[in-house]
Amino acid sequence: MNSVVPAPIARQPWGMLIPLFMLVGFGAMVLFSAAGGNWKPFAIPHLVRFAVFLAMAGVMTLFSRDLVRLLAYPGYALVLAMLVAVEAMGFVGGGSQRWLDLGVIQLQPSELMKPAIVLVLARFYSGLPPSMTTSWRALVPAGVLIALPMGLVLLQPDLGTTLAIAFGGVVVMFLAGLPLRWFAAGAIGAMIVAPIAYFFGLHDYQRRRVTTFLDPESDPLGAGYHITQSKIAIGSGGLTGKGFNEGSQSHLNYLPEPHTDFVFATMAEEWGLLGGLAVILIFGLILRWGLQVAHRSQDRFAKLLAAGMVATIFFYVAINLMMVMGLAPVVGIPLPFMSHGGSSMLTNMICIGSLMMVNRWNRQAPQSRFR
Amino acid sequence: MLGRKSRARKALSSQLTSATLDNIYDRRSFVIAAVGAGIGTLLAVRMGYIAIAENEKYRTEAESNRVNLSLIPPRRGWILDRNDAPLASNRADFRVDVIPERMTDKEREIEVLGEVLSLDRAQLIDLRERIDQTRGFRPVEVGSGLSYEQFAALSVRLPDLPGVVPQRGFSRFYPTGPSVGHLIGYVGPASAEEYEADRNPLLITPGYKIGKDGLEKQFEQRLRGVPGARRVEVTASGRIVRDLETREDVQGEPVKLTIDGPLQDYAARRIGLESGSVVVMDCRTGDLLCMASMPSFDPNSFSDGIGSVEYAMLREDERVPLRNKVLKGLYPPGSTVKPMVSMAFLREGLDPEETVYCGGGLRVGNRVFRCWKRGGHGHVNMAKGIYQSCDVYYYHFAQRIGMDPIAAMARRCGMGQEFDLPVLSQFYGTVPDPAWKLRKHGREWQAFDTVNATIGQGYMLSNPLQLAVMASRIATGRHVQPRLLYGGAEAPFASADFPAEHVRLVREAMSDVVNGPGTAGRARLPLPDVLMAGKTGTAQVVSLSKSDGRSGPWKYRDHGLFIFFAPFDNPRYAGAVVIEHGGGSGAAYPIARDVTTFLFDPTKGMEALHALEKQWGGTAQERLTRKYAAYAEQAGADVPPVPRREEEIFDRVDAEARAAAMVPVNEATDAAINRSQVDE
Repeated sequence: MNSVVPAPIARQPWGMLIPLFMLVGFGAMVLFSAAGGNWKPFAIPHLVRFAVFLAMAGVMTLFSRDLVRLLAYPGYALVLAMLVAVEAMGFVGGGSQRWLDLGVIQLQPSELMKPAIVLVLARFYSGLPPSMTTSWRALVPAGVLIALPMGLVLLQPDLGTTLAIAFGGVVVMFLAGLPLRWFAAGAIGAMIVAPIAYFFGLHDYQRRRVTTFLDPESDPLGAGYHITQSKIAIGSGGLTGKGFNEGSQSHLNYLPEPHTDFVFATMAEEWGLLGGLAVILIFGLILRWGLQVAHRSQDRFAKLLAAGMVATIFFYVAINLMMVMGLAPVVGIPLPFMSHGGSSMLTNMICIGSLMMVNRWNRQAPQSRFR
Repeated sequence: MLGRKSRARKALSSQLTSATLDNIYDRRSFVIAAVGAGIGTLLAVRMGYIAIAENEKYRTEAESNRVNLSLIPPRRGWILDRNDAPLASNRADFRVDVIPERMTDKEREIEVLGEVLSLDRAQLIDLRERIDQTRGFRPVEVGSGLSYEQFAALSVRLPDLPGVVPQRGFSRFYPTGPSVGHLIGYVGPASAEEYEADRNPLLITPGYKIGKDGLEKQFEQRLRGVPGARRVEVTASGRIVRDLETREDVQGEPVKLTIDGPLQDYAARRIGLESGSVVVMDCRTGDLLCMASMPSFDPNSFSDGIGSVEYAMLREDERVPLRNKVLKGLYPPGSTVKPMVSMAFLREGLDPEETVYCGGGLRVGNRVFRCWKRGGHGHVNMAKGIYQSCDVYYYHFAQRIGMDPIAAMARRCGMGQEFDLPVLSQFYGTVPDPAWKLRKHGREWQAFDTVNATIGQGYMLSNPLQLAVMASRIATGRHVQPRLLYGGAEAPFASADFPAEHVRLVREAMSDVVNGPGTAGRARLPLPDVLMAGKTGTAQVVSLSKSDGRSGPWKYRDHGLFIFFAPFDNPRYAGAVVIEHGGGSGAAYPIARDVTTFLFDPTKGMEALHALEKQWGGTAQERLTRKYAAYAEQAGADVPPVPRREEEIFDRVDAEARAAAMVPVNEATDAAINRSQVDE
């Protein structure tokens, strides 16, 4: 490394951090515009949160592999307990509740469950003897670990987060080497269950979101409004957009949730296709770095942990972008690092922190091997 | 793919090691990376498609979201009198409309409106009725002429009142109110049928009104103007962020009438408590100076939407305030036809000095036809026949001359004619002749038919405008055509082929009606240098067995008529006054006298009117307002609703009028008992 730059700084994974800073900075600008050209109430908290959670990620980086392995089951159990607590409070309070009020922060345990499920499954499969990978003992405990939080989150009800948990878990299982036919069987099973769940399991508003996703123009002023307005915002931006702070769709409130779920549409209206491609590219860089971290890791636990974290971030990005472009139903999933909101920032920074942590293990591993 | 799968399965089924799992991980993570990259590419392509290929569509949609185009109703053109004084103008005001379609909670909103605008019970009922009956997209007027406080109070509550549209605008204003009601008509919001016929978005713009009757309807296109437009940037909730562009409206063109506004108002007010009409025209140009018809409605209050109480009051009134009596009132002309009949005699070569002895009646066939003067007039020549209105003179010579020349002269004088005027409709009455009777009733013309027609009874019917035209044609000997629009060519009218000495003789005799030993001495003008000429007429409504025509139920009293011109030797103005059931011509000619006085000396005319109005209890407008208040109090809310279509409002009274006009006043033989009379 260049001797001008001090080693502790040069050590950092700049290949990921620089795109991440750009993305968060860009997000702050979009939020500045979404607030009608004001730093408050979105942009400043966004940056402050990022700074706080980046520091947290920095601390996480220092954890040793053994500590993390040790904490995996207790951490999972704690988050699961919080989910139960939320459910119980909702039951007592007589209504649906998703968060715990911890005084300083309103914590959504279901958000924490996304990295927690990856962590616990990575721990489970790293501890599982390779020869048992094809037996039921590879599947059933993992299935229970996934099904418990899914059930609890589904009760809230929060379909988006449920799917995110399932996705993270399934990706880890897939990478852990479970037989492909199980996944094929699961896919077929899902195809059978989905219609049944659609007609009996979903709430009315959730069902409507699915039907309007299939045909948003059927109800342009009702449930299809979100998708239609989002597509208008993106489409009217054109190649280069309407210019910073000039988006009419977001400024005149036609676009619902311009600072959270539909922040990408807000951005695309003002920055156009070029802005959109830049955002997609930056996400691609970050995720590619994450996969490289996983790939470079020599250790099964770290590999699965890192890849699961990448999958969790990817799920957010992909579903959110598909939603704003009318390719997926409106499920209420924010765009990482750009949307306003503490919980999603926390989750995503935990994922980033985990990746940085694995990255540090990777750097140390060869050294320790040589030592 | 399948090959790889089977290979993987084979590997798995054999002993799995950490190394093979790493291998599987590498392969599968590659698959995941590829899928992720694929989805990223898909998103980029999708976005490119939306933002580039469909850019134009979405750009348009964003603009149509952002920009709201609202029409500014054009100010209506003014209706001016001959001296450019407005008969109908516009007044800036605050108004409120509701668009029923956009209301979420009608009952609550109506309640709030009632509270803020302090509407009474009857008004609330009307409002509910109108909102229920109106098709959703049409605005319904809640009120206009609001105070600024009411307007402001409503404006702050707007977020809770979807569908309520308060705005500053212009409302139609008729300074003389009821005086011009029938002539000018009124304006109102377009009905669903009107919108269907003319799909102009202006018609459903809140606050926009179209002409509903009279000249307002006739000249709708000319008065309408061009709407302005305001492009504003609005938020999704409809709040206006800023004005983008405003195009001012273009006011409609004015319509200038020949009407003399003050004279119109004067005549209308002078009719007073009676029901009738006054027509005055300029004999030289044909300009209609006054077409007053009373009682009337106040077009100002009609323009706010006709209240059911007001409508019921007008409809129940036996004096039919909803009918324009100048054009749609048909009356037997009575003795007012006598100067015209005299012209017919002269034309047929009758010596005006030839006399007939009037002993109070004349035997025609086997029946005696009485003169109005039971004692008889003695020897009567033509002049005396006119100024004393001797019936026997006309009974006698009409039989000698025959009906056809008289009918021809009647038509030449404008009877039975429809004039080329910009009005919605005119009823033009009947000039009977033998051919007409055969065609219409299938019976031969009889001598008594001639006798009846010659004193303006029987089948003969005319409207007051025709009587005024007849007066001006006799006075000038020219083919005077009435006109209502000011300006244009003023070519002298063609001579009506009346020899000058005939005209002079009849003028002289008509002057004697007023200024000589005639039947209307009280009509003499209180002016030193102007002499008015005229002819009285009394038209009987029911047979003598039912009523003596002067007292008893109002409906059975005789109509009073008077035609006149002045100055008698060089006629400038001519006109007609018809008072329905006035009990005789004595109800009509004092009005003609005062109206003519006002023409020459307004101060003197006003003095006379003020004295009378003191007796009557105020001007026509004041009396109408009081009457409405009393009626509303008595009727409460138990009144039938207003017909939804404005046309029906007038169709009903018109239909009744026409039906009444089609029935001859009485069987022709009954008319033998004529009640023309000298009053006082």
